[in-house]
Amino acid sequence: MMVETITLGKALNHGLRRALENDSKVVIMGEDVGKLGGVFRITDGLQKDFGEDRVIDSPLAEAGIVGTAVGLAIRGYRPVCEIQFDGFVFPAYNQIVAQVAKMYYRSMGKVRIPIVIRIPYGGGIGAVEHHSESPEAYFAHTAGLKVVTCANPTDAYVMIQQAIASDDPVVFFEPKRRYWEKGEVDLDIDLAGAYPLHASRVAREGTDATVIAYGPMVRVALDAATAAAEDGRNLEVIDLRTLSPLDLDPVYASIRKTGRAVVVHEAPGNLGLGSEIAARITEECFYSLEAPVLRVTGYDTPYPASRVEEEYLPDLDRVLDAVDRSFGW
Amino acid sequence: MANGESEVGADAPAGGFVQLLTPEGERIDSVTTADGATYSVDFTDDEYRELYKDLVTVRRLDAEATALQRQGELGIWASLLGQEAAQVGSGRALRPQDMAFPTYREHGVLYTRGIDPIMPFGLFRGVDQGGWDANKYKFNGYTIVIGSQTLHATGYAMGVTMDGKTGSPDGEAVIAYFGDGATSQGEVNESFVWAGVFNAPMVFFCQNNQYAISEPLERQTRIPLYRRADGFGFPGIRIDGNDVLATFAVTRAALDNARNGQGPTLIEAYTYRMGAHTSSDDPTRYRIASEVESWKAKDPISRMKAFLTKQQLADDTFFGEVDDAARTLALDLRERVLAMPDPQPVSMFDHVYPNGSPEVDAQRKQFADYQASFEGSAH
Repeated sequence: MMVETITLGKALNHGLRRALENDSKVVIMGEDVGKLGGVFRITDGLQKDFGEDRVIDSPLAEAGIVGTAVGLAIRGYRPVCEIQFDGFVFPAYNQIVAQVAKMYYRSMGKVRIPIVIRIPYGGGIGAVEHHSESPEAYFAHTAGLKVVTCANPTDAYVMIQQAIASDDPVVFFEPKRRYWEKGEVDLDIDLAGAYPLHASRVAREGTDATVIAYGPMVRVALDAATAAAEDGRNLEVIDLRTLSPLDLDPVYASIRKTGRAVVVHEAPGNLGLGSEIAARITEECFYSLEAPVLRVTGYDTPYPASRVEEEYLPDLDRVLDAVDRSFGW
Repeated sequence: MANGESEVGADAPAGGFVQLLTPEGERIDSVTTADGATYSVDFTDDEYRELYKDLVTVRRLDAEATALQRQGELGIWASLLGQEAAQVGSGRALRPQDMAFPTYREHGVLYTRGIDPIMPFGLFRGVDQGGWDANKYKFNGYTIVIGSQTLHATGYAMGVTMDGKTGSPDGEAVIAYFGDGATSQGEVNESFVWAGVFNAPMVFFCQNNQYAISEPLERQTRIPLYRRADGFGFPGIRIDGNDVLATFAVTRAALDNARNGQGPTLIEAYTYRMGAHTSSDDPTRYRIASEVESWKAKDPISRMKAFLTKQQLADDTFFGEVDDAARTLALDLRERVLAMPDPQPVSMFDHVYPNGSPEVDAQRKQFADYQASFEGSAH
């Protein structure tokens, strides 16, 4: 067992490398993914080792990156597209929601589009506009796309490989503010035996209230649980991992135990994932709930100037405040 | 002619085009363009007759579809009337290994790929999504969002190169179909960029039928469309899109260049949509009758018929047989379209994800249970 302590970004890099090694049909494409290794260095060294045909520096056009990936997929390749930043995905939006998502349905099962679209997302890195957004709900709303996100180095390493191996088109959101956080990763982990791609999981067990989070907010939720424990409250934290389809059975089981739910995400609250999750919890667990499902989210504004993003982003205090409100009901 | 200097064809637009068969049915042996390329065809008598038969058949099938739409049997139809030569000529220029990416109007190209012409009717009747096997027939599914398929074609062509299937006369080539309106789309321009910088084995086949629904060409461009290619670093050429021989000759040459590793070509097939954009459209609101009349004189079928007659390659018996065969095929199509069953409602849940989805599966079950709850329900 080769266990290394590496960052989430490096774990993605290792995962991509392994995918390139294991399947000659895997190709990586995007802006600056070659010599530069990506602006976050997630593809660092891959073009050097696999060549310009496997790791393709693309022209600067997002619709083109995804649109040509569709054609490559029809040809039998497994393209992994990198969209440089969350806010740059919209030029490719038509290709993703109208083509990638629907090709299998449109061809009545005869054409598969095993594409992965990697999107570094979320705030907290002090960037200018278009570099800190959380557009996951747009994609989770579209049938035909699977939408997932990782929260720790092991999931990053495993999930990127599972996504590439999957015949489903996957929009893979990477929590960019967590790229530099380290964790132990077993690089020899057996993918088939690993935690499945389309499953949520309990990140911390607890009994008093359930905090549901994903991607960059899992760390915040875990920190909140640590802080709450000092006050004698035992929070359960669930890392959703998959946003479409949602795997809510572990969430329902948790709420039947705790009776309280707080959903946390960076994206604006209006029609965000939290709304859907709250509605479904209400439908499934109505008699178990001691309080309404509460949401802690970004505000319904464009992503603000970075000097105020700490106030915009859900943090430990806002999560604990929501937990307090739940208990005050 | 191409790129500029031809005097050929009194019916040609400013700047000329490649024409091998005049509207009067006069054959032009060969055409050499300003860049030195020479275009001609080398058909046998039988092959000329087969091309004529293709044109008549495709027009007849299209007419049947228009009738079916008017009778309420199709929800909508995108007619190719007037564009038969552009589609048959380019489609017949494809080799079996070449891949085509159509819009929603390429019924003629579909026919030349050997696909059962009923295939698109499921889509337009609303009983399925089309759903032929794109890889088996080397003809991708119809794409409705304008221009999106040009990027798919370019990516596919990059894959051809990566597979080492270019650089020889037996290589593969890819053709993308789109209209004049599509040239305004960013995605089409991005596909030009991609195809250029990756030297993709591509033919961009633009059927300039003069209108994007109601908007004339002048709303899409201020230079002839074929000249756009210059800015992307590959050749552009304009052909008489109502001339099946020129269409064949130029498309074949462009495909051969692509398969030989010489990269993309943009072909502008200068033609005219004689009918409406789709059956929902009223072209009398935006174009004048005299314009339509002037294009009738350039009809792709009548000129081929005149040529065959003048050359004594065919007589009235032959023309009658072709008409009869096309009519028989169309009536057979009509019968089969009318017999197309409505799908089982639960089939809407099929083929959302290759690996399935618990959410979709749950909704399918919920739906099926609800349907079954109606007393006496057959579902």
